[in-house]
Amino acid sequence: MDIKVLGPGCAKCQQTEKVVKEAVAETGVSATVEKITDIRKIAEYGVFGTPAVVVDGDVKCVGKVPSKQDVKKWISK
Amino acid sequence: MENQCCAANNEVMILACSGGSNVGQLSNRAAVELTQEGFGKMYCLAGIGGQLKGFVQSAKDVPVIAAIDGCAVGCAKAILKNAGIQDYNYIVLTDLGIEKNKNFNLSDEDITRVKKAVAAACNSPKTGAEASKFSRVVGCCG
Repeated sequence: MDIKVLGPGCAKCQQTEKVVKEAVAETGVSATVEKITDIRKIAEYGVFGTPAVVVDGDVKCVGKVPSKQDVKKWISK
Repeated sequence: MENQCCAANNEVMILACSGGSNVGQLSNRAAVELTQEGFGKMYCLAGIGGQLKGFVQSAKDVPVIAAIDGCAVGCAKAILKNAGIQDYNYIVLTDLGIEKNKNFNLSDEDITRVKKAVAAACNSPKTGAEASKFSRVVGCCG
């Protein structure tokens, strides 16, 4: 599974990365978590703002820190 | 994509039908000027219409949307319906008394009227599901 956290690097973006990594560790899912900070690469996803989370190419949330429960739901499917 | 972190948090997403008539282009011009004036940020309605995930999810997650249709055909409204988006502020320019035609020489007076109508629609009190939608959105950058 390929997970990308989109965000240039503010506190909310860092919090999102932390939540995603914890969710992956707690579920034991095999996944790579990559932080995308390059604005041009972020723009390719067409998101209105950051942070945003992308799971296997699917944008799951935009502009907010997701709950760990939500992330677990996304990666358990 | 705004060159800022957490850009979605407190912003109004402005979606204009940008159609092929005076009112369609008025919606577009008003959206551009409202963006330049800092009221909100114009976003790609076409991306939502194309069901591109980043665009659809952005529209679902943003706290406030202003959707501007030029006429009662309601293309913006239909696109949002197809995307499953229900909570938004909605303005139809022909309802403001602007006649639909093919005169693309847009008047400053009409543009100002449209901008005021958009601002008024977005400043109306939020209730019910919409209010809870606001409260679940986190603040920007801690």
